[in-house]
Amino acid sequence: MDQFAAKVFVRLRPSVLDPAGEATKSASIKLGAEGIKSLRIGKMIEVKIEGNDENEVREKIDLLCDRLFANTVIEDYEYSLEKL
Amino acid sequence: MDNFTVGVVVFPGSNCDRDVSWALEGCLDIRTKYLWHESSDLSDVDAIVIPGGFSYGDYLRCGAIARFSPLINALDEFVKSGKRVLGICNGFQILTESGFLPGALVANKNLNFICDDVELDIFSSKGGWFNNVDEKQTIKLPIAHGEGRYHCDSDTLKKLLDNELIALRYKNNPNGSSFDIAGITNEKGNVLGLMPHPERACDETIGGTDGLFTLKSLILK
Repeated sequence: MDQFAAKVFVRLRPSVLDPAGEATKSASIKLGAEGIKSLRIGKMIEVKIEGNDENEVREKIDLLCDRLFANTVIEDYEYSLEKL
Repeated sequence: MDNFTVGVVVFPGSNCDRDVSWALEGCLDIRTKYLWHESSDLSDVDAIVIPGGFSYGDYLRCGAIARFSPLINALDEFVKSGKRVLGICNGFQILTESGFLPGALVANKNLNFICDDVELDIFSSKGGWFNNVDEKQTIKLPIAHGEGRYHCDSDTLKKLLDNELIALRYKNNPNGSSFDIAGITNEKGNVLGLMPHPERACDETIGGTDGLFTLKSLILK
């Protein structure tokens, strides 16, 4: 069995309003940061997982993302996978 | 009500379970039974309420972890048999996360946790959850949520409208919900999810009685 590390990024879909992102954008401007056009907040989930090969691990991560980590009604996800 | 028993689901973090039980037992004389989330035996109950609260601390997303409990897994058969399920607030969030109802509930537009009484229009009588409330078409119920903004895509909204699945709409949308939606039913009408709390409006002296009808309708066949 090989060990893999996945970094999963979960983001609200572009069509879903992100009020926390808007509030943070507003605070960023108050801090003096100029030129911010958009700011949206997502989640990053780190998973260490073992499997026989990358394809098998990708299947597991896909299932986790689709069924648990993200609610695909409102969120998109993507991930990177690294063999340890 | 003879032996009719309403199961009230208890998750770690539920906090309206006792309110629901008080309203059903004390105000309506309907027997209740608490159902711990790890139980999958629903044979003793004739209807189920998934109450409000913060199941599993709202970790990941509201209702996301609760979806994987043995009880929610057993709910599929229960719903298919036509028995009634009422999801209030966090219960509504769990019902959308687990796919019993379409759409999702996300953070309120203004980011505030809103605790208030709201006026609601009864938009559909599907399932008889709100029918004939003294012929009133508007009711007043309390809300208390930070993540109650109902969201769905335009295709889903069209389906909700075409099939008369929108049960309740806010008169003055407090949280930015799509189409002012406060509650929806499934196509069969035996599952209702709503953000307002009917169990907190079951006595004239503490918040009115507009919630009584919805709880009482749990005993409808």
